[in-house]
This record gives sequence, structure tokens and C-alpha cells, in this order.
Amino acid sequence: MENSSKIFYAALAVLVLGAHGAGLASAGAEGLAFGLFASLTLGGALVCIWERSVVRSAFSLMATFIGIAGLFLLLTADFLAMAQILIYVGGILALILFGVMLTPPDMEERKLPRVLSGLVLIGGGFAWVGMQVADSAHFATRAADASLEGVNNAKRIGVGFLAADQYVVAFELAAVVLTVALVAAVYIARRRRVDLEPAAAGELTGYDASNGGDA
Amino acid sequence: MGLEAYVAVSAGLFALGIIAIIVRRNVLYVLMGIEMILNAANINFVAFSHFQGDSLDGRMFAIFTIILAAAEAAVALAIVLNVFHLYDSIKPSDADLLRE
Amino acid sequence: MEFNPEVDFPLLMAVLAIPVTAFILQIAFGKKLPRQGDWLPTTGMFGVMCITVYLAFKAITAAYHTGGDGEEHAALDFLWSSPDAGFQFKWLFDSAKDAGPLNVVAGILYDPLGAVMLAVVGIVCFCVHLFSMGYMAGDRRYHIFFANISLFSFAMLGLVLSDNILFLFIFWEIMGLMSYQLIGHFSQDPSVPFFHKWATWASKKAFLTTRIGDCLLFVGLFIFYRNFNLAWEASATLQQAMPDFQPLLFTDMWEMGRLIVAQNGGEFPAWMTLGGLCAFGGTIGKSAQFPLHIWLPDAMAGPTPVSAMIHAATMVAAGVFLLGRMYPLMSPEVLNVVTVIGAITALFAATIGMVVYDLKAVLAYSTISQLGFMVTAVGLGGLTAGMFHMVTHAFFKACLFLSAGSVIHGCHHVQDMRLMGGVRKYMPITFVCMLVCTLAIAGVPFFSGFYSKDMIILAGWAGVLDPAHGGWIPAFALASLAIAAMMTAFYMFRLIFMTFFGEYRGNQKQHMYTEQIALEGLEGPPLHGHDDDHGDDHGHDDHSDADHHGHDDHGGTPHESPWPIVVAISILAFLGMFGGHFWLADPGHLIHPTHSEPWFTKLATPESMYGPEVGAWATTKISEGIHNHDSDLAHSSHAYAVGLSLTVASLGILLAWFLYVRRRDLPNVIATKLGPIYTLVRRRYFIDEIATACFIKPTMQLCTVFKTIDERIIDGFVLLNGAIHHKLAFFWTWIDKTVVDGLVNFVGLLSQAFGAAFRLLQTGRIQQYAAFAVGGGLLVAAWLILS
Repeated sequence: MENSSKIFYAALAVLVLGAHGAGLASAGAEGLAFGLFASLTLGGALVCIWERSVVRSAFSLMATFIGIAGLFLLLTADFLAMAQILIYVGGILALILFGVMLTPPDMEERKLPRVLSGLVLIGGGFAWVGMQVADSAHFATRAADASLEGVNNAKRIGVGFLAADQYVVAFELAAVVLTVALVAAVYIARRRRVDLEPAAAGELTGYDASNGGDA
Repeated sequence: MGLEAYVAVSAGLFALGIIAIIVRRNVLYVLMGIEMILNAANINFVAFSHFQGDSLDGRMFAIFTIILAAAEAAVALAIVLNVFHLYDSIKPSDADLLRE
Repeated sequence: MEFNPEVDFPLLMAVLAIPVTAFILQIAFGKKLPRQGDWLPTTGMFGVMCITVYLAFKAITAAYHTGGDGEEHAALDFLWSSPDAGFQFKWLFDSAKDAGPLNVVAGILYDPLGAVMLAVVGIVCFCVHLFSMGYMAGDRRYHIFFANISLFSFAMLGLVLSDNILFLFIFWEIMGLMSYQLIGHFSQDPSVPFFHKWATWASKKAFLTTRIGDCLLFVGLFIFYRNFNLAWEASATLQQAMPDFQPLLFTDMWEMGRLIVAQNGGEFPAWMTLGGLCAFGGTIGKSAQFPLHIWLPDAMAGPTPVSAMIHAATMVAAGVFLLGRMYPLMSPEVLNVVTVIGAITALFAATIGMVVYDLKAVLAYSTISQLGFMVTAVGLGGLTAGMFHMVTHAFFKACLFLSAGSVIHGCHHVQDMRLMGGVRKYMPITFVCMLVCTLAIAGVPFFSGFYSKDMIILAGWAGVLDPAHGGWIPAFALASLAIAAMMTAFYMFRLIFMTFFGEYRGNQKQHMYTEQIALEGLEGPPLHGHDDDHGDDHGHDDHSDADHHGHDDHGGTPHESPWPIVVAISILAFLGMFGGHFWLADPGHLIHPTHSEPWFTKLATPESMYGPEVGAWATTKISEGIHNHDSDLAHSSHAYAVGLSLTVASLGILLAWFLYVRRRDLPNVIATKLGPIYTLVRRRYFIDEIATACFIKPTMQLCTVFKTIDERIIDGFVLLNGAIHHKLAFFWTWIDKTVVDGLVNFVGLLSQAFGAAFRLLQTGRIQQYAAFAVGGGLLVAAWLILS
């Protein structure tokens, strides 16, 4: 492990511990849970950005998704939390790993200055804007309704999907979109015979037509 | 924990997603960044829904977002494979035909 | 059969619509249609002929059945103008004041004269269409030709039907344009070398010569228009009498003319005389009256069917028709001028007709002469006689021209009578038709021309005998007409004898024609051609003509023409024979032909043409002898007239027979004896030369003077101006180069620099673009927060 990574992970560990402490200090057990899930989310994302290896990045992204599922649990959206784990961790992440497998590894692609400057610039910009907004914004919040707590959530969502006066049209549309997207994905990713021939590949990009003629 | 904490986590995740899209030289990181951004939005939806009271709307939005994210991931991966076939590379900076 | 406005006005509109539709279709699609679409205008014209003949039949029947014998008011209820039937459209109309000076209404005027004229135009134009199908076969611009004659017919039909003088003028001009097109049909057509430059020249000549008359007519139109308006506005009586006066409508013009003359104590105001003279100028141009007749003989450079059309039904008839329309507005002074001009024309054209050798030229001069007859008749007050002669003349002259075309066609496009002879053996039908019509034009009894010519002579006698009329003018007119009638008989039979009798001379002497033409330059563009385009052409006429004949198969003898030609001339010959007196509606007149009037006099009286009041008023200008058939004057005039016309006709025919059948050596002897007089007549009284010397040369010289002025003085100014500006230009160049160009270059550089800068941003890298987007979003957020 190189030095910069050591420093990074050490700093990350300190930050995570700080987050736990801050959560525990501000809201007790719930705060501790929030600190855990928030640090899992943001830490996973940070590691994802930081790591050279795409595989490691993908697995750190799993941590992010699990963290988000935890946050959903804390927000009493237990169905969403399960869907998050099922779809993201089981589906999307698997897809990304397939992508990692199908493409060659490129260990040298990360440049530390680039990542750091991106972190500083964009992160700093967002942090600054976020703080300014947080200063001026006032969210009118109500206490969460006790009847919503946990148990009936999945059932309510299922009823909402299928009830004619709620989301059934959107639900059906979503089904159609999914089907179309999957068929389209298969169509696009289909390995065409012409792709195997270099000249034809050139034709597809249009290089042969414009530049090849001149040469 | 209040709404502000969730919104802050959401904002942080969003910023990290943006960074992933912009700074990493691999198309797969772009995909991951997009997932992060979508998830950041989801956190916001659910958090606002939770703190706004008795409404399913936010959660429903989140569910549809997840559905669309799944579709998007499938299509995006197919595109990534196609780009790789065409350019022999998965660096977004190599796919610069738009400049011509 | 009564005239029924609800049905018959749409029919009349169809008469106008059919040929113009045919023209448009023919122009647009003619070339692609089978047979180049010649059947299209021909069929259309057949429909027009059917409609017009049906309507004329109605009119004549009505004239016979509603009136008793000799009743002049027989067809009084026959003057129809379209406002009665609602067939009138308003043009430039300000409805706020119905009689505003700028309001123009246009519609259809249908009177007995128009009814007959329409039928004549319909029949003749149909025959010409039919004839052209045979005669023009193989022509280079065959479909265009049919389109053109269709529009030509349309113009004449429209002119006859117009109920206002403005539209009459419009159709008049369309006709002028179409005559230009058709006379010049052969121009630039290398397949007819003798014609093609002559055609160009002749079409220009026809157009420009008639244009003089057109200008005069236009001036006359404005004189009438303006003064009628002024008179109407000034006089409360007139306003009361005619509250919605339209100064361009014929009916209103006649009525207003009558009222104004009545107001003026029976005297015509001076402006009416002036306007009448100008309007008569239009007739002089269009109807080829002296001295503007020069275009008509050259009009034979066009194809023969066109000549037939121009000479019979359309072009020249329009001028006489205009006289008929304007007659009530013409003061006695104007009528005197009309008489004199007509008499001169009749006489002098007849003399030329006696000496020319070109078949069509003889007919052309005879047309001019006959037109002179008509115009003289109108001038003498014999309005009906003049119009009648126009009708009969249309039939037999169309037939003569088409027969001549048939002969020319049969004789392999030879036109010189000296090269013909004995053709009657080869072309019997053509010969019969031509003979019939020659008898008609010569004024032999029972043929149509006799009746109309007799009426004209009658008008002359009545004028001479009438003490109220008196003076030298009727006497002069009568003498001229008598001599001209004799000459007509002479030259027409000279034509018949030279062409159809004796031996065929075309084979052995074929070069004589071309040499004669080249030598004399008489039938064709004159040798003295002032026109530079053609000045060098006449010397080569013999070459080109020889070429032309070289292409023709010249060995053959004449042959009878194809069926369309024969059918067309047969129809016209039938009408030329019977057109004068023959009328089925009144069989009694067939049995006792000499004791009754021709049908036309029953139909077209001044009363029926102009309405009762105006008609009666117009009759006051007419000699009692024509007007009142029961008077002593009428009886004596009648006797004299019949005697005179019979005498001159038989004299002329006998003379022709003697000179051209009995003693064929005599004509040359006489010509030599007469010497200079013969040359004078042979060279057409040098009128072309006089016109050249008096008008064209001076115009050219004036042009030269103006050109000099233009070149020396005006160009000098222009050059000086130019020099000044040239000097100034240096200054402006400096300013231009330093200041303006500098600015422009600066702007260019600026945008180039911006372009270069922005080009750096255009990398094509998606991530960079995303970064810019995010950065931009952050900047916007920062601006929103900070502001």
C-alpha cells in the first residue's frame, strides 16, 4: 500500500470515528446509527473515487448503497431499504462488475493530483454552496406520523401501485420502460458481425470516409 | 436526527458523484457517479417525504427512480461495451468524435 | 324564338370562355397532346360556331316574325345589354357613388349587329381552324399556331360582346398583339426561307402601323370619357335624365350623346367631332384605310389561314365594327371625313389590285378596297349597308383567301399568278368555291356581295339625290365606288382567268417567279428596305427562294387539297353564295327575291342596334333615301343603284375576259403604253416609299440628331461628372481603406480571437463538458447567493 493511500484511509477512519461521535453526542442511539450509515455512504463514495482498481471501487460502492439502505431504514422506509439492497447491490452493482469484467483493467488511469484537485474544487464548491443554502433555508418539518411506523409501509406501497386512483399508470409505464430498456440494452450490446472487421469498424466511426480518402 | 442531516449527506453524495463523473478516466466510474447522484436524490426524496408527514409521494418517486436507474444501468452498460468495441478504450476522453 | 337572357347570356359567356380556355390548354399542354392538340381549339371553335349560329338564328327569326313587311321596328326589343340579366361585373368600383368617374362596369352588349357578327366570327374562325389542320401540317410551331388563332378569335369575340369602349379597346389590343404574333409566325423559321425575314419585318410593320390608329382611338376614348363626365357633372338636366351614368358604356354614351346634342341645339359640340375623328383613326389603322393601309398587303407574310382571319372576320372587321358602335357619336363632319377616306381607299386599292401578280396580294388589295366600300357606306349614312357588306365580305373573302391558300398549297407554295394557270382541272372543288366567291365580290346578282354592294351604291345615290345632304362628297364617293366596283370585278376575274384558265405554267417557268421577285421586290419586303435587319436580305431572296423550291418536290402538277381544307372552303363558299339573301326563316323571300330586302336590313336597323330613341336620332343623319323606303327619293335611288352596280360588274367581268382570255398580249401592251402611270400603280403609289421618306427617315434622322446630342452633350456631362467623382474617389478610397476597412478588420479579428478562445473549450470530451456544466451551476448558485 502506498503512502498516499495510507494517509487517505487513516484520514477516512478518523472522519468516520468523528461522525460516529458527533452522531452519538447529538442524538443518542439514533444519532449513532445515523453516523454509522452516513459515514458508510459517504466513506464508500470517497473510497470509490479514490481507489485505482475498478473492482475495489465497485465494492466500495456497495458500501455506499448499504449505507443508503440504512438511511432509508432510519427514515422508516423499510420497503425502500430492501428494494435498495435488492436492486442496487444485487442488480446494478452486478451489472457494473460485469462491465469491469468485460473491459480491460487499467491500473494507471488514476492521477492523484486530478482526484485531489477535483475533490478540493468541486467538493469545496458544493460544501460552500451547501452551507450558504443551509444558512438561509428553513425546512418546515412535521413530526413523523406514528401510524406510518414500519409495519404497513410495504403494504401501503403495494396498494398505491395497484390502486386505480394512485400510481397504477406510472407503474405500468415503468414496466414498459424497463422492458424497452432491457431489450434496447440487449440490442445495443449485441456483438455485430461487422464489428469484428476492422475496416467496417472504421466505417462506423466515419474515419475512413473523411480522412482515409484524403490520405 | 433532523432533516438537515439527511440533506447534508445527500448533498455530499451528490458532490462525490459529480467528482466521480468528472475526475476519473474510466467510463465505469461515470456510471458509478451517476448511480451516486441518483441515490443522493433518493435520499432527499425519502427524507423530505418522511419529514413532511403522511405522504407516499416521496417514496414512490424514489421507487421509480430506482426502476429508471436499473434501466439506465443496463442501457449504459450496453453503450459502454459498444464504445469499447469501437474505440478499443473505455476512457470517455477518447470518445471525442464530437470535437470534429 | 325569343331571346332568353337567363339562358343566352351564359351561352355568350361560354362563347368567350371556350377559346380562351382552349388557348391556355393549348399553350400549356399542346405539344404533348396527340396531333399537337390541334383538335382542341378546333373543337372548341366548333362549339363556339354552334352557339353563335344558334343565337344568330334566333335573332333573325325574331326579326322576321315580330315585324310586318317593311316594318323598321321589327327587332326593337332585341338590344340586350347584360345589366338587365345581371351579367355585369364591376371593376374599380366605388359603390359609394354609383356614377363616380373612376367606376367601370363591364358586361355584355348583345344587339343584332353583335349577333350577326358573332356568328360570322364563329363560322369563319372555325373554318380557319379546320383549314389550318390541313394547311399547316408539319409546321415547326404547329401547336403555338393553334393557340394563337384561338386567342385571336377570342379577342374578336370579346370585342364584339364588350358593352363598354374600354373593354373593346382591350380586346382590340389583344387582337393587335395576336396579329403581330401570327403575321410573324414564320419569322426565324428556316424551313420557309422566303418568308422568314419578311414575316418578321411584316409583323413589325403591321403592329407599328396599327399602333398609330390605336393611339388615336385611345385619345378619342379619353376625349369622350372626360367630356361626357364634365357634361354630366355640369348639367342637372343630364343628371336627372341619367342618374347612374357610366361614361364608358356604349348604351350610356349613345344616350348621353343624344342628350348633349339636343341640349346643344342639334349641333354636335366640337369635342365630339374631335373625339369622333380620333375614334375613326382607330378604324383607319385597324381596317387598313388610306394612308395606314400599308400593313395589310404585307400581312400576307403570315400563313394563309391567318390572312383569311385577318382579312375576313377578325382584324379589319374590328375597325368597321367600331364604326358601327361609334356611329351615333359621330358628327356630320366626321362622317364626311369617313366618306372621303373610304372612297379614296376603295378606289386606289382597287387600282393596285389590278396590277399585282401575287395571288394573295390581289386579295389583300381587294380587301382594302372592300373595306373602303364599307367605310364609305357608313360615312354616307348607310350604316346597315356598311355592316351588311362587312358580313358578306367576311364570308366570301375568307373563302377566297382559303381557296387561294388551297391553290398555293396545291401548287407547291407558289404564289405568283404568272406561274399558275389551268389549275381548275387539278383542283375542281377549289375552283368552284373560288368562282362562287369571285362572283359574289364582283357583285353579280343572287350572290351575297351583290346585295350589300348594291346597298352601298344606293347609299351613294341617295346621298347625291338628297338635297339635304348634297355637296361634292357624295358625288365623289359615288363615282369612286362605281369605278372601284368595276375594277373589283375586273381584277377578281383577272385572278380567276390567270389562275384557273389556260395552261399550267408552273413547271416550265419556275424560276421566273423568283427572278421577278428579286428584280422588282414588289410582293415582298421592298428593295429599299430601310430596316437594317433586312437591307441585305433582299439581294439574296433569289437564293433563298431557290433553296426553298429546291426542297419542294417540284416535279408534280397541282393537286387537290386534303379534306379539312376542302370542307372549310366549301362551307364558306356556300355562305358566300347565299349569305346575302338566303334565309330559311322567310321562305317567301326565296320565291320573290327581288322584291324584298336582304335579311340583314330587317335585322340590323339603327333602331334595333342603338335602341329606339338613339336609333331614331341617329337616323336623322341618314339620307331619306335609305331611311324611308316609300319616298320618291328611295325609289329613284333604288333604280339607279341596281342599274349602276349591274353595269359596272358586267363591264369589269367583260374587260377581264377580253384581256386575260381573248387577247392575252394586250395587258403588256397597255402597261407599256401607260408607262409611268403603270409604274406608279405597280409600285403601290410609292406610299411605302413616301412613308419611309416622310416619317421613317425623318424619325431616323431625328434619332441620329438625338444620338449626337446624347453622345456629345449628355455624355459630356456624364463624363465630367464621372471625372469629378473619379477625383473624389481617391479621397473616399483612403477613408475606405483606413477607417472602414480598419473597423471591419478589427471586428473580424475580434471574432477570430473569440473563436480561437472558445475553440479551446470545444474539446469533445464529455467529462470536460460536465465539469463546465457543474462549474457553471456553481457559479450561478454563487451569484444567486451573493447577490
